[in-house]
Amino acid sequence: MRRDEASTKTMAAGTATQPLTAGAAEEIAAEDFSRVVESHRPQIFRFLLASLRDVDLAETLTQECFLKAHRNWSRFRGDSSAMTWLMRIAINLQKDHWRNRRLQFWRNTRANAVDLDEASEWLPSGERTAEQQMLAQEQVAQVWKVVGRMSERQRTVFLLRYVDEQELSEIARATGLNEGTVKAHLSRAVGKVRAELRGKR
Amino acid sequence: MNWNDGLAGADNPEVKGALRNFKASVDAWSESAEAARSRPAATAKVGAEIAPRGWRLAAAWALGCAVAAASLAGAVYERQHRHELARIAAAQAAAQRAAQQRPAAGQLSASETDQDLLAAVDNDISRAVPAAMEPLAQMMDSGQADDNGTK
Repeated sequence: MRRDEASTKTMAAGTATQPLTAGAAEEIAAEDFSRVVESHRPQIFRFLLASLRDVDLAETLTQECFLKAHRNWSRFRGDSSAMTWLMRIAINLQKDHWRNRRLQFWRNTRANAVDLDEASEWLPSGERTAEQQMLAQEQVAQVWKVVGRMSERQRTVFLLRYVDEQELSEIARATGLNEGTVKAHLSRAVGKVRAELRGKR
Repeated sequence: MNWNDGLAGADNPEVKGALRNFKASVDAWSESAEAARSRPAATAKVGAEIAPRGWRLAAAWALGCAVAAASLAGAVYERQHRHELARIAAAQAAAQRAAQQRPAAGQLSASETDQDLLAAVDNDISRAVPAAMEPLAQMMDSGQADDNGTK
């Protein structure tokens, strides 16, 4: 939900019969935030999981993301969507982790992260034949391999586009890049995927 | 969803298929992890992961409180101990002063008591001499005086 919608609701509630008290306004804001958490948590977690390939770490960073968002909720003016705002926080948290604890974190991450083959095992069977399923798994493993070789920024852009299915403009807002740069990163990333798939054929 | 965005290679069916499978794989993994999180066992595991931080904080608080309480108790005990010592010293000094004052007061009161007692006894046993025996009483007095004089 956009913050301006929430504000409108808050104002409407306040003008009904009597002025809105600070406590009531806080309660409404808390309800708004709960709805935001409920609706956006899976997406944030999925992005962090794909970035880190570590369930526990993704869980921790997701919690930190919403904690940070909650602390700053009163300052969110709704210039962008709540999702973009949350994603920006998640991207920054992920960056901070990689930057600040590079050595230690690298060891931990490598120790806890699921390897590429294991990650590619997660695939809904659907109505595929066993052969199709195996082929799909192989493709997923190849994409994971390419993702593992990408730079942090390129990986973020790639995952936001092909896992979270965000528009280029949203990705640009979330990452702080311009759309042209986002497109260039995506183009190179897709080129790498294609090259990997061709190489295996 | 259209993933082309005018990117070279993104319209390739094989690349498209691979990207779609990749998304499906991440979705399945994420959903599975979320489902595991909501199960009690998984909750316990997540709790165990988070617990150390909470543990350390709680332990630090408990230790801090214990140190503060011990300091306070020590200070109170020390104060009470000093107070007790001062009270004992004061009691001892008072006892000493009382001991010094007691003999003089005792002598004084003893003499006073003796005189009072003698007076009371004298009062009790003395009788007025009947008029008929007055000459005899005078003779006894003069006899005593004579005895005293000869001795």
